[in-house]
Amino acid sequence: MIKSLSTEDTLENSGLSAEEQQLFCNARPKAYEPYPIKAVEDFANWARANSLWILAFGTGCGAIELRPLMTARFDANRFGVAGRPTPRQSSVFVIGGYASVKTLKRIIRSYEQMQGPKFVICLGICPVNGGMYFDSYNTINQFDLYLPVDLYITGCMPRPEVLVAGIMELQKKIKQGRCDGANRYVENFDWYKANQKKVIKNWDMPDYNW
Amino acid sequence: MNELTNRLKVDFDASEITERKPGLTTLKVAKDKAETLIRELRDREGFTHLNFMTCIDYIEDGIFTLVYMLHNYEQKQTLGIHVDIGRDGEEMVSIHHLWAQAWTYQRELREAYGIRFPGSPRLDEDFVLEGWDQIPPMRREFDTQKFSEERFGHREGRQSEVPRDHMKVTLYPNRGGDEQ
Repeated sequence: MIKSLSTEDTLENSGLSAEEQQLFCNARPKAYEPYPIKAVEDFANWARANSLWILAFGTGCGAIELRPLMTARFDANRFGVAGRPTPRQSSVFVIGGYASVKTLKRIIRSYEQMQGPKFVICLGICPVNGGMYFDSYNTINQFDLYLPVDLYITGCMPRPEVLVAGIMELQKKIKQGRCDGANRYVENFDWYKANQKKVIKNWDMPDYNW
Repeated sequence: MNELTNRLKVDFDASEITERKPGLTTLKVAKDKAETLIRELRDREGFTHLNFMTCIDYIEDGIFTLVYMLHNYEQKQTLGIHVDIGRDGEEMVSIHHLWAQAWTYQRELREAYGIRFPGSPRLDEDFVLEGWDQIPPMRREFDTQKFSEERFGHREGRQSEVPRDHMKVTLYPNRGGDEQ
């Protein structure tokens, strides 16, 4: 079992039973430290920008726009975009439209399992302010309360052209080193976790590590 | 279909028999006769398919109306059975022994309206709403907008228009406010 050195800097994992707590590490997430040499970091960012692997997790109606994106007409492969079946291999999480509370739980699980560097694109108006689900009893209204967002592509529904434009914008941001969503998640971890636990009432999973 | 509904009127006191459109008839039946009626329709009359079952909340009358929609493939007829039950914690006979898929509907109705179906499998498991801690959300006394504002918050700067008022201003500015 891996334990962090200082006891006050660990996570409680209070949603787990005593037996399950033995199975999960309770260390806090660590922020990404850029390479000390700027040219190396720039090179790494260039490489990251040109191999965006999207997690194949359709979280809402917008996931339908990812299918034409990958096929011959829009051919996202020319931007280095590929779909990956597991969060361990992917670097981009596309939130396709609305996220219900039940889905949000799975989104958080998948996001935390992704290896850094990782980026979140929000598709459609629903993650911004709820969209047409603004008064729904099980759809969240502001996605950035729960996970950090690097890029919004608004519309209902945005067409694949807009998604391509968004991917190019994301590449530009990554190359400039401005996509620090994962670091924001680490720095404001307690705030994000409190927001998540405010809406997810049956928290039966570890706080961070999987 | 007329022959059948007439017989149901005599045998089961079916009332409010309405032909909504060709091939779709609805009728109302008392709660204690509903399960027998549905079983008879399935076994004897060829209504072998349960399209869906759902619930309508008539909060003004203090009742839930359960709707069982059955289909007969041979005659291409659909029959809706309406059953009134009380709104406050009243139970209904489960029909999962007639159609196995009915327990999913019943599980959903338990979660969305709080109707109990004794004996239905996995009735108390969460279906869509995991960890729900309020009154069932599809009951009409539940204020979804207030709940959404309290639980999920609203981003500042969002504008909401009532479609009817908005269209009056933007699409029909010259009309008076009287007509629909």
